Amino acid sequence: MTKTRFSIWRGDSHGGGRQDYETEVTEGMVVLDAVHQIQAESANDLAVRWNCKAGKCGSCSAEINGRSRLMCMTRLSDLPLEQGVTIDPMQTFPVLRDLVTDVKWNYATKQRIQKFTPRTPDAEDGTWRIATVDTERVQEFRKCIECYLCQDVCHVLREHHLHDEFIGPRFMVYAAALEMQPLDTGSRVKALKEDFGIGYCNITKCCTDVCPEGIKITDNAIIPLKERVADEYYDPIKRLWRKLTKT
Amino acid sequence: MSNADTLKRRSFGETARIDAWWLKPGLVFVGLTAFIAYATWAGMQGKHYFYDGGGAHLLSPFYSPLLYGQAHEPRLFAAELPSWWPSFLPFSAAILILAGPAGMRVTCYYYRGAYYKSFWADPVACGVGEPRKSYWGEHRIPLLLHNAHRYFFYVAGVYVFILFYDGLRALVYVNPDGSHSLGIGVGSIVLLLNACFLAGYTFGCHCHRHLLGGHLRIFAKAPVQHACYQCISMLNRRHMYWAWVSLVWVGFSDLYVRMCAMGVWTDWRIF
Ligand code: SF4
Ligand code: SF4
Ligand code: FES
Ligand code: FES
Repeated sequence: MTKTRFSIWRGDSHGGGRQDYETEVTEGMVVLDAVHQIQAESANDLAVRWNCKAGKCGSCSAEINGRSRLMCMTRLSDLPLEQGVTIDPMQTFPVLRDLVTDVKWNYATKQRIQKFTPRTPDAEDGTWRIATVDTERVQEFRKCIECYLCQDVCHVLREHHLHDEFIGPRFMVYAAALEMQPLDTGSRVKALKEDFGIGYCNITKCCTDVCPEGIKITDNAIIPLKERVADEYYDPIKRLWRKLTKT
Repeated sequence: MSNADTLKRRSFGETARIDAWWLKPGLVFVGLTAFIAYATWAGMQGKHYFYDGGGAHLLSPFYSPLLYGQAHEPRLFAAELPSWWPSFLPFSAAILILAGPAGMRVTCYYYRGAYYKSFWADPVACGVGEPRKSYWGEHRIPLLLHNAHRYFFYVAGVYVFILFYDGLRALVYVNPDGSHSLGIGVGSIVLLLNACFLAGYTFGCHCHRHLLGGHLRIFAKAPVQHACYQCISMLNRRHMYWAWVSLVWVGFSDLYVRMCAMGVWTDWRIF
């Protein structure tokens, strides 16, 4: 068995750098296995967040060879091991320690979005009726595991640090799921334009590329939301039509 | 975020990626530059855009609809150039009509994402440091104006029908005695394919998808719009491929007609 070099970022909010570790790679291992092996063999205090090891809890997000990935879903056999493997924490959120970042900005951001606002129940027993055809579109968005890899790779947050002005692709998906929800009566269009900074997204699709759930974030969530904003604010003919039909 | 200032700022090109991240933006840069260069050159020529040798009827898509042209060409107005055209400016019939399709491509969601990366490095590739610190995206003018894309879609939609007409017209040959007969030549296939590829690109547009169904919350009450939405979504899923195939083919269609008109090759009539 060959030993492989892993350069893992170690440090905290005050700073840090990559440290090299060598460990044996065996068949079927994923990056998270290697991190655990290194933790057991030579870095007992290495901080790493994980939970399910099945790509479903969204805890083990990191940057592997510079790409935003889930450590538990990245097979070592898919990486060029002869060049070594670098593992960094997500760059878009402040580091707590080693590979663990502080993602609480995401929780606060979610709170800012108008919650599900259903219409009055369809039946006397307080239940609603939805046609199957109306459930299909939002199913895709419900697959989100909140790993925040899309937030991590989005250059608006990652390079320009516009966290106060842009909610990021994950919450565009959340807003789209509500805007396309057949029972919902709320509208987040004004907030998307004015508070959530949808205009900052320049549709470069890095979020879509990294989503482990394969959600077509840009095409199916962000662009349809941009179109809703255009309907409301940037389409003079629609505006005129709305005015004429209102009176 | 209160502690955003603790986040790292990368310099241009800085990344931990070890794959060839520069390859895709590089190819897009080369592809788009080559097309823009060829289209500008061909659009400024003002000649060799129509071929009627051997009874054929091939009009380059860069010049269709032909507003002004020679008497033997399928022009709409009976003049070689508009009377209001300033005499010191060179004239080409393509100048009058290329703004529609060019505007469609420039404001297209796919191309925007692609050229922001390849030409503006915003970002040059995912997870790679950028050259500029300030960033507005499409939040402010000028890029905010991309919201007008739907209007370019309306215009470009009309062009698709015109190009289908050209493709079908290319199936009608003029016999030596002046009568007409149906036929198929390589040129007519080229022009018909051009119209098909442009239709696949144009009608898979995100605005089209939104306008014909995507804007609805409830599909159950609008089965026709839902069917439209499903069909457009099928095209839309491959919008990038349609964008490239139609771009290459429209350039090739012009080249094909141009080479016929210049006598470099002859259009082969299959029957
Ligand atoms: S498509 Fe928009 S949201 Fe997604 S990574 Fe690019 S800029 Fe960010
Ligand atoms: S949209 Fe995809 S990448 Fe983003 S948080 Fe959800 S699962 Fe992760
Ligand atoms: S450990 Fe749960 S997604 Fe990786
Ligand atoms: S989105 Fe590409 S043509 Fe409209």
